[in-house]
Amino acid sequence: MESRSMHFKARAGQKLADVVLQENLKKAKSKFVDMRAKAIVELDDFEATREAAKVLRNRALDDLDLWLEQFEQQATARGATVLWARDGAEICRLAIDIARRHGVTKATKSKSMLSEEAGLNQALAAAGIQPVETDLGEYILQINDNEPPSHIIAPVFHKSKEEISALFARTHGKPAKDDIQALTREAREELRPHFLSAGMGISGGNFLVAETGSVALVTNEGNGRMVTTLPKVHVVITGIEKVIPTLEDLSTLMRLLPRSATGQSISNYFSLLTGVKRPEESDGPEHLYFILVDSGRADMVGGDFAEMLRCIRCGACMNHCPVYQAVGGHAYGWVYPGPMGSVLTPLFTGLENALDLPQAATLCNQCGVVCPVKIPLPDLLRKLREKQMEHRLRPLAERLAFTVWAWVARHPALYALGSKLAVRYLKWLAHDGRRNDRIRVLGMAPEWTQGRDFPAPEGKTFRELYALDTARKTQTTESQA
Amino acid sequence: MENGVEAMRVGLFVTCLVDMMRPRIGFAALKLLEAAGCEVVVPAAQTCCGQPAYNSGDRAAARSLAVKLLDEFEACEYVVAPSGSCAGMVRTHYADLAAADPALARRMAALSAKTYELTDFLVNVAKLARVPGNHVGSITYHDSCAGLRELGIKAQPRALLAQLPGVTLSEMQGAEECCGFGGTFSVKFGEISAAIAEKKCDCIRAAGAAAVVGGDLGCLLNIEGKLRRMGDETTQVLHVAEVLVGGF
Repeated sequence: MESRSMHFKARAGQKLADVVLQENLKKAKSKFVDMRAKAIVELDDFEATREAAKVLRNRALDDLDLWLEQFEQQATARGATVLWARDGAEICRLAIDIARRHGVTKATKSKSMLSEEAGLNQALAAAGIQPVETDLGEYILQINDNEPPSHIIAPVFHKSKEEISALFARTHGKPAKDDIQALTREAREELRPHFLSAGMGISGGNFLVAETGSVALVTNEGNGRMVTTLPKVHVVITGIEKVIPTLEDLSTLMRLLPRSATGQSISNYFSLLTGVKRPEESDGPEHLYFILVDSGRADMVGGDFAEMLRCIRCGACMNHCPVYQAVGGHAYGWVYPGPMGSVLTPLFTGLENALDLPQAATLCNQCGVVCPVKIPLPDLLRKLREKQMEHRLRPLAERLAFTVWAWVARHPALYALGSKLAVRYLKWLAHDGRRNDRIRVLGMAPEWTQGRDFPAPEGKTFRELYALDTARKTQTTESQA
Repeated sequence: MENGVEAMRVGLFVTCLVDMMRPRIGFAALKLLEAAGCEVVVPAAQTCCGQPAYNSGDRAAARSLAVKLLDEFEACEYVVAPSGSCAGMVRTHYADLAAADPALARRMAALSAKTYELTDFLVNVAKLARVPGNHVGSITYHDSCAGLRELGIKAQPRALLAQLPGVTLSEMQGAEECCGFGGTFSVKFGEISAAIAEKKCDCIRAAGAAAVVGGDLGCLLNIEGKLRRMGDETTQVLHVAEVLVGGF
């Protein structure tokens, strides 16, 4: 997917002005946040489970190569083929090769963020293979002229029921429905022929289990099962960092993932798919391929941003992020929005191609405290800001400002004079003939006063007043003596 | 000192924002610490903890100011700041800035361990017996992000405010949610920052209290600026220290 992350700020402005979007965001926000809050108290000790998940994800990532090798052996022993993709272009090439080998002209898809990264749908279509998204949200986006998702687990987070109803009526040529069940039924009717006629199913993978060579799929709509069992060929596309050593590890992570993502104790469907269809089995694919993708992940191992690889893609960070809640996912401009996206986008697409994202956070750490694998997202955003400084990717004026300000702050006499003059100036600015408690337009920080006033300072610094106070006390003591 | 107990020697870190914008908060903090029986020193050369630089990715600038603060406050038995954000910077991030230098890291660790946010210190260390103020009115409390999530400041200010018989606390929806300030974020992404502030102010107004109270001046300036721009001329915006000493 082409990144438009360089235009974050401009897009954020548009999103803030979008009345319908703002209404939709408000509704969706409280749902996810409240449901998660209710779900996590079901666990005896949520914090201990988070810690255990962090430890086990670290264990997997510390020896990533070994676990991947074990996964490959186990999956191969069960009839699967494991392929490796360095980047998005290789994902597309491999998927098209597989489709051609099996004479496939239509592929049904269940959610896969990696295929979003790679722009797989466009590549398949260009190669004469029709991709059909079957996740309801992804389907809605596909028929809406391939609109990008705005959330990793709720791709149409930004849309209202009314907008979807109009889109369905327009696309399907059927009367507009106004309740969600009817809309879902209509989508199901549209998708059914595709499920039955597709020669290949493409899915993502929530986890890869090394000891059994299995892929775990966490879904809510049942489409994942149709995609992975009906066609003769099943292609799993997922990142190399998704591998975990054991089924025991999987059970720990599964206590956290649905609760953190949607506030469910368990998702409606949970599939653990192992190997190709055996002679005694009645369903399952005859051919199973894994495309395991690097796309920047291997470089993160052992580095400053290694902790980000623990991510299990639950979306809790964006659900709880004040910035995401304000502007929605599209403003971020690439596959992953919210705090995790602000870390991943510059790492995967280049620091220089996503300059705003590491800056577009208040560092409130709400994301960090809800992350089920304890990724210190604000620390990682700060590290990216350091990298931007190091590579001179911040404006010269900003870099200079910090250098000069820090130098002044190390020279207290100069600092005292500077701050004294500054507060006098601000106080003067606050006079408008009527009152003097606020500044309506502040030239040195115009963005502040665009949307709010800047309260005026009292007029003297603490330093000045404290010195006066001390002098007065000394005088009193002396005169008493 | 009474009962022969040595007074705690506390260094007051006023913070750069209080120094410039709201000196009265500094004096209120001073009064509260003295009411708790502390001997307070205010190192004259203090300026800023370096957080704006740290959060903007300028480690060199941040580190130089961290070392300066260390030199000024190292001799104090405790360091107290009327800000969860600045105290949090010292407590949770100074170690990171000193990581490359073991000797400095040891000194930083010692400084971090004795640095407290004001209400946390009053409740858990100095064990202030009687709050000196007599503020009267309904309030709602905004939990600032750094204080809450870095230092666990939540019950402390409420425990102190509960000592004031004239104060009634009416909690707002989403008291723990960010107000949108975020330091330099507020001027780099002013529009988003103001939109987040507006949601916070809606919650504040819905709580129906006469004043919104908090422990971090950055958030309070953001909230006050937004309330006034929204046309709210009546909701007072106060630092918890101001409320606890009453009468201003």
